[in-house]
Amino acid sequence: MNLAPAVPPPSLSASDPAQLESGHSLWGDAWHRLRQNRLAVAGGAALFVLTVLCTSGPWFLQASYQDQNLDLGATAPGAAHWLGTDTLGRDLLVRLLYGGRISLGVGLSATFVALTIGVSYGAIAGYVGGKTDILMMRLVDILYALPFTIFVILLMVFFGRNIILLFVAIGAVEWLTMARIVRGQILSLKKMEFIEAARSLGLSNRRIIFRHMIPNILGPIIVYTTLTIPSVMLLEAFLSFLGLGVQPPMSSWGTLIKDGAEKMEEFWWLLVFPGSVFSLTLLSLNFLGDGLRDALDVRGSKD
Amino acid sequence: MLRFIAHRLLQAVPVLFIIIAVSFFMLRLAPGGPFTAEKAIPPEILRNLEAHYGLDKPLHVQFFTYLGKVVLHGDLGPSFKYSNRTVNEIIADKLPVSLELGGLALLVALVLGLTFGILAALRRNTFLDYLYSTVGMLGICVPTFVFGPLLVLLFAIQLGWVNASGWYTWQDRVLPALTLGFVFSAYIMRLTRAGMLEVLHQDYIRTARAKGASEVRIVLRHALRGGLLPVVAFLGPGTADLLTGSFVIETIFQVPGLGREFVNSAFNRDYTLVLGTVILFAVLIVACNLVVDLVQVWLNPKLKFE
Repeated sequence: MNLAPAVPPPSLSASDPAQLESGHSLWGDAWHRLRQNRLAVAGGAALFVLTVLCTSGPWFLQASYQDQNLDLGATAPGAAHWLGTDTLGRDLLVRLLYGGRISLGVGLSATFVALTIGVSYGAIAGYVGGKTDILMMRLVDILYALPFTIFVILLMVFFGRNIILLFVAIGAVEWLTMARIVRGQILSLKKMEFIEAARSLGLSNRRIIFRHMIPNILGPIIVYTTLTIPSVMLLEAFLSFLGLGVQPPMSSWGTLIKDGAEKMEEFWWLLVFPGSVFSLTLLSLNFLGDGLRDALDVRGSKD
Repeated sequence: MLRFIAHRLLQAVPVLFIIIAVSFFMLRLAPGGPFTAEKAIPPEILRNLEAHYGLDKPLHVQFFTYLGKVVLHGDLGPSFKYSNRTVNEIIADKLPVSLELGGLALLVALVLGLTFGILAALRRNTFLDYLYSTVGMLGICVPTFVFGPLLVLLFAIQLGWVNASGWYTWQDRVLPALTLGFVFSAYIMRLTRAGMLEVLHQDYIRTARAKGASEVRIVLRHALRGGLLPVVAFLGPGTADLLTGSFVIETIFQVPGLGREFVNSAFNRDYTLVLGTVILFAVLIVACNLVVDLVQVWLNPKLKFE
């Protein structure tokens, strides 16, 4: 998801028709526009740094997230422990990095679940059309009206707090908007000539949907995926804050914030650092998503 | 319009039914029960307890008995954990607190969101616009469970202006309402800004200007009506978020409201209280969505009641 400037943007000049007509001009154009957007670039860069730190950081650190040092107790940020330690003497930086793995991991995998369900569902409803479409979208309407957060809470309370269930539950909640967007796009694509051509060539429906239609609506899909990740991460942190998400001694950013909020009167750093890192991540994802939306020229989709 | 309302109410029936059914069976299929405690209860007493609450009958019989009571008498049954109290009593006790919190938060959200949204739209692409938009983005990205404790740290612990928790005096209400309202004000601000920008370019605004209407009148009377549409549309699903958002707020600030009661009752496996609260939330959400639809048509005569 990180847009590290690994791919050099193709130089685009309007006077060169050959380049404008090349297959990459749309994406090249979008990439160019995205780079103009400073907030989006900053967001992308921040995300890249955070991801690298969280995935590879723990390998270079001596301590593990569960190493306790009860004699040490909570210490303020200093030379030995850059971000301080918690009441059990665990290094906050280490816990923050490990927590990031969980939070980012849950964010990505739950979004992947939502993406898969949403895209397939929306594509099928839009492509098949008719009564099937009405029925499928009516179901989405009904599901929209359900207070899902409440169900996720109940699910986590009653069926154990394991992390697989957590992201399946979150993923199952977040696919609705994606399904609506994809359906709308597919509906408008369906009447285009190239789809008619594909059909007259005798291609299977499955091939038409996945090889010819989905690639054409990648723009909106990418944008809404980027915007789904923060809402998924927020839901995970929300559940963890209520004590329903990731269980100790593992830590996600949500559980760290929960611990911090309980002890903030004496040890402010336990709340401030996890809170800032988490907020910064969400901020970056949102800026990147907004930037992508403008760059790919995705209009606000209502049904 | 009456037909529209009736139609929508009919649509709400399957939604509510699904909510009740899913919650009911999920609760019953889960391992553990309200009488699972550290101290084992003698089997005879357990049997008597279950007979008293009707838990010994087959599941589907229990379901329809419950459903019948809820629909016909509005009776949500006795609480399993608080002996001698009914769910209706508990809800009557806690709901006003949550409503007060939600109402105050909504007030904060509307005042802040509309004011700054309109100002940002009028001063588009100026420093003020960027400032408001950035603060708005922060409001969306800093979760309530970070923002709330930070406010407590600053205003209650460091400065001592207001109380950190409780629900007795007006000082107790400031921080929870601000925390919950701030997030929503950020959404409302963004939507107001976008809505106003769309409307301000339209012909009827130019007409109003040409007629010599004052700028204040143009903005508040002509533009706002159209610019409010996206905000109103958001308030429907937004209410659901406001309700669930209050779970966290009530936990952080120790507010004795329904949200905290719901989370506690889930942990306690107080079946009837959980179900009763879920049903209440669902009804509230359905009602809010209906009101929002009506307001939308009132604001935009182009929309018609289907």
